[in-house]
Amino acid sequence: MKILLMGNPNVGKSVVFSRLTGVQVTSSNYPGTTVGYTKGTLKLGEISAELIDVPGTYSLQPACQAEEVARKMLQEEDPDLVVSVLDATNLERNLFLTLQILEKGLPTLVVLNMWDCAQRRGVHLNIQGLSKALGVPVITLVAVTGEGLKELSEVMEEALKNPADYTPQISPMHDDERWAFIGQLITELQKIEHRHPTFLEKLEKASVHPVYGLIIASITIILTLQLVIGLGEFLISNFLDPLYYQYYGPFITETVTNIFPSGIVHEILIGTGYQYETSFGILTTGVYVEFAVVLPYILSFYLFLGLLEDIGYLPRLAVLVDSLMHRLGLHGFSIIPIILGFGCNVPAVLSTRMLEGKREKFIVAALISMSIPCMAQTAVIIGLLGVYGMQYIAVVYGTLFILFISLGMLLNRILPGESPEIFVEIPPYRIPHLKALLQKTWSRVKGFLIEAVPFVFLGILAINLLYILGIMDYLTILVSPLLSNLLGLPDDAIGALIMGFLRKDLATAMLAPLNLTAQQLTVATTFLAVSFPCVATFVVLLKELGVKDLIKVIMIMLGVALLTGTILNLLWSVV
Amino acid sequence: MIMTILNQLENGQKAIIIDINGGRGLIKRLESLNLRKGKEIRKISSAPFQGPIILEVDGCQLALGRGMAAKVTVKPL
Repeated sequence: MKILLMGNPNVGKSVVFSRLTGVQVTSSNYPGTTVGYTKGTLKLGEISAELIDVPGTYSLQPACQAEEVARKMLQEEDPDLVVSVLDATNLERNLFLTLQILEKGLPTLVVLNMWDCAQRRGVHLNIQGLSKALGVPVITLVAVTGEGLKELSEVMEEALKNPADYTPQISPMHDDERWAFIGQLITELQKIEHRHPTFLEKLEKASVHPVYGLIIASITIILTLQLVIGLGEFLISNFLDPLYYQYYGPFITETVTNIFPSGIVHEILIGTGYQYETSFGILTTGVYVEFAVVLPYILSFYLFLGLLEDIGYLPRLAVLVDSLMHRLGLHGFSIIPIILGFGCNVPAVLSTRMLEGKREKFIVAALISMSIPCMAQTAVIIGLLGVYGMQYIAVVYGTLFILFISLGMLLNRILPGESPEIFVEIPPYRIPHLKALLQKTWSRVKGFLIEAVPFVFLGILAINLLYILGIMDYLTILVSPLLSNLLGLPDDAIGALIMGFLRKDLATAMLAPLNLTAQQLTVATTFLAVSFPCVATFVVLLKELGVKDLIKVIMIMLGVALLTGTILNLLWSVV
Repeated sequence: MIMTILNQLENGQKAIIIDINGGRGLIKRLESLNLRKGKEIRKISSAPFQGPIILEVDGCQLALGRGMAAKVTVKPL
């Protein structure tokens, strides 16, 4: 048994999905959060069915890749039941897709989500009348709280048992006829009371105002940065550092030393001991970097990003920066993948699917993988360079920012075509649901752990093996002229650069034991940020762009990384 | 009856869409977000630096690039 969950973007399909299957998927308050599909199973009485969370689409005539996925799935998956989810506050527009689905003649249920919002907005609807007109049951739901969920499951079970009773009899219409039909339904069945605008609605308007909008944006960005860094630092100095240095470090060193007093295994697991940040043991520095340096920042970043997402601020930011992004060959909405990139480049590159054009996708993916350091990397950069003073961190990020702008302008100029205009829905501000926000943060943090931990262990193992087998000496001779002449870095920085392929955070941390000057550290961290993406990003880039475009991105990347590193190094020597 | 284009509306002004002067692709795309002939809209504001136009249709806010907005003929109310 197969059930498709379909609807317009940002109507809460993913929340319904999570509620029904217990599978946690990321949901936010902006259109296009779901770009791929997620499958899960659910039990409906005796029946076990597969539920698919289809990316949102406004119609079955797709405008972007994510919408194309939706159209294909309806055609090819041959579902036993379609659950069409609508935003009850915006029935007219939502009904267009629903009617297109009903015209396919598959067993269908109509779900009016966000029913509480609709009622608060003064929407009165004759539900029985709507159900009669559409020929299928109409169920009201508040997915975030679960109100109406039980009834939905019961009706779904019924529909799977008796599909014939739930199959609509609506013959295919032309678009004009369909709109006319919808217009008639709305006039007959829906009444909207007039009310005064609420505080949130006034804030919505101010957020896209040419003057107040920019003020709100500046405050929001500065405040978010402060909160992310503040919470990260707080967690590290109050919990994780003491935990590592007082309990974990001594314990693990003693335990391993008891079993392997010395030799290769001891070397790989413990390095020179937990007291030194520079000892690259898997169980000492490896654990410290991931859990005590990176993890707190990841947690803090996703908590506050999630808050902004759920309130619905990001689409407004997108509108404000739209005309600036056009100079880089993009439109405002590409700010969302870019912001996600500050967390991790992997979901960021995946989310480029919500953009319309191939050209735009290429530019965003290239910009993200070159000039947006992920939070893991940022955390280590803060830890490493912060000791020498803020100005060095400013140089790294300033360089990346200049690179972002100039690379975007360059790509916009040399790539054929032009950037499409923005055309998006701006969702209303919503008060975030604390439980949902925490769940989302946790699922992203868990994703980081699942992804990072194996690579960190593998990476340290691989680097150690390269040294033990003598391959590193050979590589050092090979790239040493490049490193010392262009970037002004010592030969042993090669280890860190190689680690850069696996994990950028660990690679950056590996610069610590090299006794570099603040200037060398700055050049090296910038070079690491720009150069080759980590292997996880590499894989998604390959998937999203294809081999040809990926090779292009990588050529640009290596060239730009060397150039940036060299210029930075030269400038510094002159100054 | 004075016709104008979306861009020319004052902030807060209401209007009715009279025509969309574009290809089928544009018409369908605007239509899928409920911007079509005969709909009443309200311009909310326009983003800074010649940014997109923000408008409201049936209580739902949309952002629309100026090039597209210039193709929408409206009659102010």
